Amino acid sequence: MDTLDLARWQFAITTVYHFFFVPVTISLVAITAGLQTAWYRTGKEKYLRLTKFYGKLFLINIAMGVVTGLVQEFQFGMNWSDYSRFVGDVFGAPLALEGLLAFFLESTFIGLWIFGWERLPRLVHLGCIWMVVLGTQLSAYFILAANSWMQNPVGFRYNAARGRAELTDLWAVLTNKVVLVTFPHTIFAAFMVGGAFVAGVALWHLIRRPLVDKDVFRSALKIGASVVLVASVGVAISGDLQGKVMTEVQPMKMAAAEALYETEKPASFSVFTVGTLDGSKEIFSIKLPYLLSFLATGHFDGEVKGINSLQDAYEQLYGPGSYKPNIPLTYWTFRLMIGVGMLSAAVALWLLWTTRRGRAPAPWLIWLAAPLPLLPLIANTFGWIFTETGRQPWLVFGLLPTASGVSPSTTSGEVITSLVGFTLLYGALAVVETKLMLRTIRGGLAGTDDPPEVSPDQPDKPLSFAY
Amino acid sequence: MELTTVWFIAIAMLWTGYFVLEGFDFGVGMLFGFLGRNEPERKAAITTIGPVWDGNEVWLIMAGAATFAAFPEWYATLFSGFYLPLFLILVGLIVRGVALEYRGKRDDPGWRGRMDLMITIGSLLPALLWGVAFGNIVRGVPLDADHEYVGSFGTLLNPFALLGGLTFVAVFVTHGAIFLALRTTDDLRVRANRLATRTGVVAAVLTIAFLAWAQALRGDTISIVVTIAAVVAFAGGLVANLLRREGWAFIGTTVAIGLAVVSLFIALFPDVMPSTLDPGSTLTVVEAASSSYTLKAMTIITAIFFPLVLLYQGWTYWVFRKRVMVAAS
Repeated sequence: MDTLDLARWQFAITTVYHFFFVPVTISLVAITAGLQTAWYRTGKEKYLRLTKFYGKLFLINIAMGVVTGLVQEFQFGMNWSDYSRFVGDVFGAPLALEGLLAFFLESTFIGLWIFGWERLPRLVHLGCIWMVVLGTQLSAYFILAANSWMQNPVGFRYNAARGRAELTDLWAVLTNKVVLVTFPHTIFAAFMVGGAFVAGVALWHLIRRPLVDKDVFRSALKIGASVVLVASVGVAISGDLQGKVMTEVQPMKMAAAEALYETEKPASFSVFTVGTLDGSKEIFSIKLPYLLSFLATGHFDGEVKGINSLQDAYEQLYGPGSYKPNIPLTYWTFRLMIGVGMLSAAVALWLLWTTRRGRAPAPWLIWLAAPLPLLPLIANTFGWIFTETGRQPWLVFGLLPTASGVSPSTTSGEVITSLVGFTLLYGALAVVETKLMLRTIRGGLAGTDDPPEVSPDQPDKPLSFAY
Repeated sequence: MELTTVWFIAIAMLWTGYFVLEGFDFGVGMLFGFLGRNEPERKAAITTIGPVWDGNEVWLIMAGAATFAAFPEWYATLFSGFYLPLFLILVGLIVRGVALEYRGKRDDPGWRGRMDLMITIGSLLPALLWGVAFGNIVRGVPLDADHEYVGSFGTLLNPFALLGGLTFVAVFVTHGAIFLALRTTDDLRVRANRLATRTGVVAAVLTIAFLAWAQALRGDTISIVVTIAAVVAFAGGLVANLLRREGWAFIGTTVAIGLAVVSLFIALFPDVMPSTLDPGSTLTVVEAASSSYTLKAMTIITAIFFPLVLLYQGWTYWVFRKRVMVAAS
């Protein structure tokens, strides 16, 4: 493999891995903040215990999110220096805003929240975790604005003398129509992951230790499953809007998502197709007529451009070459994203139903406890693989081909070293993190520290929540 | 003032803030395993940086992101050129961050021992390699006409840069020991204070050698004056440390690290990446900079929000200003 392929693999591996932790962080901090608010408002002990329990799991998770995020920022310069030169003027701004407005907020107030249980007044301490929530939301917004610019470059002009894109309108970048639909889609999808996590953990406890903290975990199960359901509605609506925007700004991605080779009007949605995927032969397929037209254009008889005609159009525009992404990959990841996402919503609904009015979950449901949080996580992962590989062969759509972005001076030996290094390190950390998570989950509510007593005569009592 | 100069200063300030702040938490990370004689002491030592190290590290993320946005060419040349040291720094920071968060999550001496080792190595490695990296930035590296780095990993391990690495480690260890003396009580406090005196002498010798060499390479009058001020501040910090005036000692090392980093940036200006091959291949502030629109927009936003960041980060230090006591074992 050459440097380009290695750099792409490294980006794929480190990004997919990083994004295992991001959605959990985004949603779990908000759910934890909600639980702590419930405790603050009602004074009920169960909310405090849940806050501590899920808060601890959140902290285990965010540690991984933070350290793997560091790799992402460095990687642009290390492996993709020509990309950095080309886009830095535009792409750097939202990235810097993410640091300035989000990372400082998150990291500082997390420290205050962890160590501030006995130092800060209750309301101020509660405010700290909400500041972390704000930080994660801002972080998601800015990084998605940067990513959306790569999908749909706006607010810039091309400077031929410097051979780079230059920002002309920061507001246009921050209100890119792609980020306006991608942000809610990503956030709702993240809440499906966090809700499923909370529900899955609670389900495990209810079945394995049905007598321990039953009422508390019943609440957690309901909260978690409800979050999944509400979020799934948000995911569906925002995803539908996103499909229309995508068809408008990246028609090739929509065509690739459907493996639609010839332009159709009206176009039918392919639920499942077994064929050669170069469009020449179809062995078996299930199709829903008119649906693709509606998803793509909002009209049941709208025209959806096919891969072949788009390829011809792009050759006219950008010169000879292939402008098709990896079709099997986009086709299947698009389907799996939707399918697995819908499945997780169905599971959540069913869980709520089987545990309605005080019913205990059936013991055989235990096999759902572990996979439940993974389902939306897998859907999230497929979604990102789809949206990033669907942009190929472009790094910045229509402006910068992927092959032109790689670092010219970096040797394949260097990339192999870091690729192998990060992969091994990430693998080892995954084992450590998973073991610690499972251990903490098994430890249950009793395993979390109760809030230390604040007593005026011993204000120097060592801190006990975290370290 | 030119916006390119403003942003050069801004980035110099971010690195200065980063080394002043993460400098002491690197120091504590390198020391706590040796200085703390038992688990309660080690736990107390690590708790002194617990609430703040993560916020300190964001200064690095910010320095990187601001360089990306304000000087894309600098970011691209630096990060692709210093590939392997940066990879090792990342490994160090990852291992350290995870270990700091996970250390107390299990009550098991074996687990803590592994995490402590990870914290120590993860603090030492970045401290050393940032010194090497900054040594090379000041000294200059082989860049071709496209500002591409054409040396190898070995090129970066030259005597001057290695001296920079050792200097950073020694200074951060001292800075961390003084911080520990300032933030703990009893035996731990006394031991940290004594250790700071011993490492401080080594650090002072290394610092004088490294900064003098740096000034000989590229210094001008102002950077020499600032360098001397840095050395004086460091000496003052060590004297205060001897007198057990811990607050003043910490102010001394803080000011010294700040001025030392500033002196390096002053010596560098208006270049950002000097080339050792051909002066014409040197990357300057103006060549590396983003468009004036980007710089202007970023200036406005930073001017509004950065004071807020300083305010709440400062508040954190205020909230956790009390000394950390060692729990009875």
